[in-house]
Amino acid sequence: MTSVRDVAADFPLLGRTVRGGKRLVYLDTGATAQKPAAVLEAERRFNTESNAAVHRGAHQIAEEATEAYEAARAAVAQFVGADFAEIVWTKNATEALNLVAYGFLNATLGRGGAEAEQFRLAPGDEIVVTELEHHANLVPWQELAAKTGAVLRWIPVTDEGRLDPAGFEVIGERTRIVAFTHASNVTGAVTDVAPLVQRARSVGAYTVLDACQSAAHLPIDLHCLGVDFAAFSGHKMLAPTGVGALYGRAELLDAMPPVLTGGSMVEIVTMEETTFMPPPQRFEAGTQMVAQTVGMHAAVDYLSELGMDRMAAHEHRLTQLMLEGLAEIPEVRVLGPASAEDRLAVAAFDVEGVHPHDVGQVLDDDGIAVRVGHHCAQPVHRAFGVHASTRASAGIYTTEADVEAFLAGLRRVVQFFRGG
Amino acid sequence: MSSAMQQLYQQVILDHSRQRSGYGELDQPQGESFQVNPTCGDECRVQVRLDGRRLGQLGWTGRGCSISQASLSIMHEMLEGESIDDAEELGELFRELMHARGKELEPQKQEQLEDLSAFTGVAQYPARIKCALLGWMALRDAIIQAQHG
Repeated sequence: MTSVRDVAADFPLLGRTVRGGKRLVYLDTGATAQKPAAVLEAERRFNTESNAAVHRGAHQIAEEATEAYEAARAAVAQFVGADFAEIVWTKNATEALNLVAYGFLNATLGRGGAEAEQFRLAPGDEIVVTELEHHANLVPWQELAAKTGAVLRWIPVTDEGRLDPAGFEVIGERTRIVAFTHASNVTGAVTDVAPLVQRARSVGAYTVLDACQSAAHLPIDLHCLGVDFAAFSGHKMLAPTGVGALYGRAELLDAMPPVLTGGSMVEIVTMEETTFMPPPQRFEAGTQMVAQTVGMHAAVDYLSELGMDRMAAHEHRLTQLMLEGLAEIPEVRVLGPASAEDRLAVAAFDVEGVHPHDVGQVLDDDGIAVRVGHHCAQPVHRAFGVHASTRASAGIYTTEADVEAFLAGLRRVVQFFRGG
Repeated sequence: MSSAMQQLYQQVILDHSRQRSGYGELDQPQGESFQVNPTCGDECRVQVRLDGRRLGQLGWTGRGCSISQASLSIMHEMLEGESIDDAEELGELFRELMHARGKELEPQKQEQLEDLSAFTGVAQYPARIKCALLGWMALRDAIIQAQHG
């Protein structure tokens, strides 16, 4: 079994130094993960040997490119427990979530024929989100509500930063869509998906899961979770930027009208009208990010080889270390559950009397990279009574020494600004 | 603490971020401007009352990091009661300093900046320049509002 130190050695960037020769302690994986050499090499090899546009051209390189592109889809589908045609490539998770929202909008506008009628929204219909959401799984639904006359409602968070089960009552007869995160990028809380899916199903509502944080850190089986749609991005799971995916249950993608239109997604085009291809091509208009999908293939192979269970166990240990260490600093308040159970290795926190920007700056001077700000989740910060926080988030390559360096750096921050 | 951090967080900045000069709303502002730093959600509101060509009263509220708060505090200390022309000139100088990548301006300019010269090191950190300039954007806008509003 490879040790975690060996894993870090697979990531070339982690070998660099910052701020005048200091060892880099990268704790911003929640924003974007570093890439192992296998991913970088897969992309390079594709670009140097097989680069061509996919699904067109009869030459050998075009065949190789198409094969690589579709093999990547198969690998990612298997990785998340989906069928091949249920995975639509997008540029990131934000685009995937918007694709669902715009699919509903286009259906409401009458596109997609009889099969798409199921997605039509009427004034007074309700869309349910949660207070925990990243803006990417909130703003598209606000926009959809504003355009269709639907009403946006939400499930509140508890003082610990978990979804409040009492708030599930907001899912009712008029609910058409329930969009929620699988794991919060701020509180780290992992959502118990089953009761939400069950309640949504009981009222005939569609479920949309933001799996950005979970797909990168936990074993995930979308069929087993039973959600209707899910979104995740490559760059958070060791893959390149510029590629993500939408999962949709086969019969739903089949019925949904397209969003982006143009080349590559059509059957017959006349001057008057166009017929569209079946999914997933129907949702992949224009020239695609082929090299990035190849990189994502390498990323899921790498993760599978390490074992998501093993990775989750390692990160669980880091969560415990982080939470124990943070609890020992009296000026620090963690925005999220105090226990490491059902929680990712993400710790957003407030340092009493010290602004997150100042916390992050002094940590950076020690070579420790954390995120500062609202992490694209203003409402959950508001729920905690702060407008911003500092966030340390770990990945498979994070070591216990990294967490110790971070905690020592944080103690110096408190010393510096709070004076002692 | 490293010398880079001591250079960035000079005592005058830390002091002003704790004892903020001019913090509070004016009774009847003639001009005001609200600015947000989208990176962190920090915000400030600057209000002015003019007395002819002078900044008769200058007040500000908001929340932010030590750099942004100290910048606003020093701005108040240096400019309340001063002429609009002086405010514009000092604002220009400060913007020049913030784009100098951490190098000092000519000695005469550096002197003119008084306490603001403590921000010289901030310009080495691109992500923090906006923090330092947020209040000054608001001031420039508030003066325009007061003159034309």
